[in-house]
Amino acid sequence: MSRYFSEEHEWIEVDGDVGTVGITDYAQGQLGDITFVELPGVGQAVAKGDSVSVVDSVKAASDVYSPVSGEVTDVNAALGDAPELVNSDAETGGWLFRVKLSDAGELGSLMDAAAYEKYVEGL
Amino acid sequence: MRYLPLTPADRAEMLGVIGAATVDDLFSDVPAEVRLSGPIAGLPNHASEMAVERHMSALAAKNISAGSAPFFLGAGAYRHHIPASVDHLIQRGEFLTAYTPYQPEIAQGTLQVLFEFQTQVARLFGVDVANASMYDGSTACWEAIAMAARVTKRGKAVLSGGLHPHYVACVETMARFTGDAIDARAPKLDAAPDDAEVIAAIDKDTACAVVQYPDILGRIPDLAAISAAAQAAGALLVVVVTEPVALGLLEAPGHLGADIVVGEGQSLGVGLQFGGPYLGLFGCREKYVRQMPGRLCGETVDADGRRGFVLTLSTREQHIRREKATSNICTNSGLCALAFSIHMSLLGGEGLARLAAVNHGRAQVVAARLAKVPGVSVLNDAYFNEFTVVLPGDAREVVRALADRQVLGGVSLGRLYPGVDALHSGLLVTATETTTDEDIEALAAALSEVLEGVPA
Repeated sequence: MSRYFSEEHEWIEVDGDVGTVGITDYAQGQLGDITFVELPGVGQAVAKGDSVSVVDSVKAASDVYSPVSGEVTDVNAALGDAPELVNSDAETGGWLFRVKLSDAGELGSLMDAAAYEKYVEGL
Repeated sequence: MRYLPLTPADRAEMLGVIGAATVDDLFSDVPAEVRLSGPIAGLPNHASEMAVERHMSALAAKNISAGSAPFFLGAGAYRHHIPASVDHLIQRGEFLTAYTPYQPEIAQGTLQVLFEFQTQVARLFGVDVANASMYDGSTACWEAIAMAARVTKRGKAVLSGGLHPHYVACVETMARFTGDAIDARAPKLDAAPDDAEVIAAIDKDTACAVVQYPDILGRIPDLAAISAAAQAAGALLVVVVTEPVALGLLEAPGHLGADIVVGEGQSLGVGLQFGGPYLGLFGCREKYVRQMPGRLCGETVDADGRRGFVLTLSTREQHIRREKATSNICTNSGLCALAFSIHMSLLGGEGLARLAAVNHGRAQVVAARLAKVPGVSVLNDAYFNEFTVVLPGDAREVVRALADRQVLGGVSLGRLYPGVDALHSGLLVTATETTTDEDIEALAAALSEVLEGVPA
């Protein structure tokens, strides 16, 4: 199990060849109250950097980009009735979707927790 | 605002910055054959204001206006009686001068009007939600197709041959730039609408089927059957209503399985107005609301629990979400929506049903009378206030001959479908509550005369 971060403020927790993706606690704080999450379809092919999900807050509708390429295997159905989970539990229960990685090498271009923390401080 | 004229040097500098050689280069997207290459030939020399007014008045007097003669034109724009109070109320300064509220919550009156309008449209269409209006029926039709593509993630729309050709043209224009495939059927002079053809064309790539109700020839498609076929294929049913008064008698499309219902609201409150501005109506099922274009007004309570109105889901609009917005419409037809809403309020549900019954009754009288004219046959076995008659010759010629006799007898299919020989004998005839018995007799007499070839 290991966790990576993107410059677009997504996190991915990789377990074997499946990654669980969400937005970071910093990102949810910037967005404000989340009112709706539009999720990708299970089975959908995604490429690294594709916009695959939309998070609506009272302030904006923001795209969520897949940090890796692969196929969507699961989505967090709980967000349908409780999108606010992304606010209260961004980096665990508020996950968005799972991807079966097609190229684990792509993880090399992401940051670890310490690097992401530095990156956020510089914003 | 000061007006500062430009010198030729200013212009040259500006052109240099944007990389254009001449001002004409800015119009290079306009095809050369439709551009003016020099002064307009034959324009007379300048004249005094009074002389020009007199000349223009003389030209205008050559027109036969809708209110000045027996009038049977429809085809997507309908002449109804609009109560004088509608025009009086919409001219109040608070309404007339209001523009898109970008600090919407300070414009509670505007928002409440829009909220009431949305409620009326949603009830009329039989759908969960309606937006605050679009530009007109044809653009609303395109927006519905684009929305269905977003919802289904498919890129093909199957169009009934009964969809107004101007709507089809608008859709095809937009689809040229989005890459959506438009599978449009040709209209046929049949008594029955082309439901079976539409159903046969729906497949796994179809985002939506688009059906007009009543259709361009006045026929009434079986929405429930088309909805079932669309649903089975994972496609949406888009229903287009160009004459909202019809819904005073016909079952609401949303109750017959329509996923998105759009239309033209001109009939109620707006008037013919030389073809615009008109009013686009748009509603859909609640589950698709986040993909709905345009603005949406919602009712809520403030911190003290008092009722108030807000614009909701604005985060999907163009001024916030830029190129990823659900649509590039970032406004609504506010004044026309207000006119619609006032007219609708004056009618009420019962009034609308009675108005619809009168419209249908008048059309029945016209159809029965025209059927007695030698050589004329009524195509439809069902219609609301508009139907198609088949003439023994070219309907365009007949319409011109009727106009020479001071009767505006209908819209020829040759005008709507130029060059389609199979349709050239068709004439669309519309009656509304404004149609008198004298109008009907005038039409029947003029038509008999024209078809007998009796010189005027």
